[in-house]
Amino acid sequence: MRFIDEYRASDLSAYLAEQIARISVTPVRIMEVCGSHTVSIFRNGIRALLPDTITLLSGPGCPVCVTAQGEIDAMIGLSEIDDVIIVTFGDMLRVPGTSCSLMQVRSEGRDVRVVYSCEDALAIADANPDRRVVFLGIGFETTAPLIASTILSAKQAGLKNFSVFSAHKRVPEVLAALMAYKDLAIDGLILPGHVSMVIGKRAYWPLYAEYPRPYVIAGFEPVDILNAILLIVGQIEAKAPRLKNAYPRAVSIAGNKRAQEMMASVFQPSDANWRGLGRLAGSGLKIRRHLEAFDAEKIFQMHVSEQCELEGCDCGKVLLGLKTPPECPLYKKVCTPSYPVGPCMVSSEGTCGAYYRYAEK
Amino acid sequence: MNDSVIHLDHGSGGRLSYQLITRHIVPVFDNPILKQLDDGAVFDIDRIRLAFSTDSFTVDPIFFPGGDIGELAVNGTVNDLAMCGAVPKYLSCGMIIEAGFSMADLNRILDSMRLAAKKADVQIVTGDTKVVPKRAADKVFINTSGVGLVPPGVEIGGHLARVGDKVILSGPIADHGITILINREKMDFESAVKSDTAPLNHMVYAMIQQGGGVHVLRDPTRGGLATALNEIALQSQVGIGIYEANIPVNTETSSICELLGFDPLYMANEGKLIACVAPDHADSVLEVIQKHAFGIDASIIGEVVADHPGRVFMKTRIGGTRIVDMLTGEPFPRIC
Repeated sequence: MRFIDEYRASDLSAYLAEQIARISVTPVRIMEVCGSHTVSIFRNGIRALLPDTITLLSGPGCPVCVTAQGEIDAMIGLSEIDDVIIVTFGDMLRVPGTSCSLMQVRSEGRDVRVVYSCEDALAIADANPDRRVVFLGIGFETTAPLIASTILSAKQAGLKNFSVFSAHKRVPEVLAALMAYKDLAIDGLILPGHVSMVIGKRAYWPLYAEYPRPYVIAGFEPVDILNAILLIVGQIEAKAPRLKNAYPRAVSIAGNKRAQEMMASVFQPSDANWRGLGRLAGSGLKIRRHLEAFDAEKIFQMHVSEQCELEGCDCGKVLLGLKTPPECPLYKKVCTPSYPVGPCMVSSEGTCGAYYRYAEK
Repeated sequence: MNDSVIHLDHGSGGRLSYQLITRHIVPVFDNPILKQLDDGAVFDIDRIRLAFSTDSFTVDPIFFPGGDIGELAVNGTVNDLAMCGAVPKYLSCGMIIEAGFSMADLNRILDSMRLAAKKADVQIVTGDTKVVPKRAADKVFINTSGVGLVPPGVEIGGHLARVGDKVILSGPIADHGITILINREKMDFESAVKSDTAPLNHMVYAMIQQGGGVHVLRDPTRGGLATALNEIALQSQVGIGIYEANIPVNTETSSICELLGFDPLYMANEGKLIACVAPDHADSVLEVIQKHAFGIDASIIGEVVADHPGRVFMKTRIGGTRIVDMLTGEPFPRIC
């Protein structure tokens, strides 16, 4: 495939891995923020190509995994209303609330439907005029513009039975919260490619100004990721941290203006609860008041509990590399891949999920 | 998750299905033949070696590009028998039909079963029908069981992989899983991907006839190649190492997987087999497979190793290494 195969070239990957091994002296911890990076690192076996000096930490960038327990409980609550159809992207189904997941309520007969595009959600509303359709708005700045445009389309079409429960989260804000931790043991960040495509490189300028560290925006192919690691290690060894865009084929300085405008016209920043990280100021997106006819929270007068995860969960510290999974009191006792508590276990490639399945056997 | 009820994931063909079978079912019926956990049971009656297998089909949609539930039901049991090294002979057919189901669709399914049986050279010799009220079943469910003869000297089972064996895959993976998914979800894109459903018994017969060395045969259906390899590694208590670059995936299928965030290793196949073959027989077995219409793109994808018993590792295209685990639940498209 064009534009893909060249970024999966084994000779180039080997060359980059060699360069990393050659220049890396100081032990470093690099966080890949984005869930898609985590998956790519895992699927391509990138860790095996890196020298012992480099530790990769999986960040909070899997949007379904960081959806708070209280938010999922609220979604499950909605699914129990008789005329409601819950419409969602698939990977949300497995993420557990306090007592069950959407998948379970679906197997118990609740109407929870998986869609592959936002238009499908509108089509379901259109086809079921006597039911109320709630689309779960999960995701970062990548999905938020799409869902914003869906809300605008629903308005234009005069759909009266369509609403969105917005649990969107914002990436620069969570990164600022992470970097503010004292005792932070992260030396550099691989910044998400898709999110950056929308918000642009400049969205990270405040982060870089306040916490100057090596930050590299990267694509998702192995060559992209190895290249980002090489750049970060180079900056660390040279003690010259930079904010760098290593994904210029997709990401610009200003980002996608139209998507940003769409997002801003529909959503306003709000505080949000993150599984594993708690409540972070300005890190979420809620539907603006003039569109409240499409806001499920308003329509159903939803009460969303502040519960982020079970008490005792140390995901925040695991995410930051301050603890290993076995050091969390819940690990393996309460929190397992079948009954995950925090985002590190919810995501099968998350630090705890991977540790549980692979490290100990 | 609440353990007191059955979840859809128990039927995904992955880890939960494996646990359901090994923890809840096998201990109840406890016997050495069942405990083998192969695709079918092999036993002697009056010194004649028989293979016996059963499979139920609930696929939605019932008609899909490349086949339908009827063809699948015949090929599925034929292949399960073939994976025991057997020559499939007779099949049964049980149908659970939802009231209101179209007679024309039923006839179409029956006809495709007739054709599939003809192709596989088996006969459907007994059967049963039940009709249930609307919504007590989804359109039609089909169960097929089958018996076959195991030729003398053939010793094939999931527990028989040996260190040094070559792992052969008979062709590109993930076509069936992707076909069902995009048709079930009525995804709005043009695609020529179609199910690979096919009877593999003639190919297996030729593989066995070429002169031995075939230790394990398995068709990687639900749970995909990854889960099937893990089952073999567990049953034989060996490690398996595979090479990503050697695993064929059709370009279009691979693009759809890419788009939706699926890993082709976990997508279902209905006309592929994995064989663990003694190294000195591997090339000749591969040649036999490649000569067969359903095995043209076969390749050696890895080998059985002594390290990490019970685990499957993959050398990735870029030279990295990753663990290949069993499927943990029905694959969902990712948004991240």
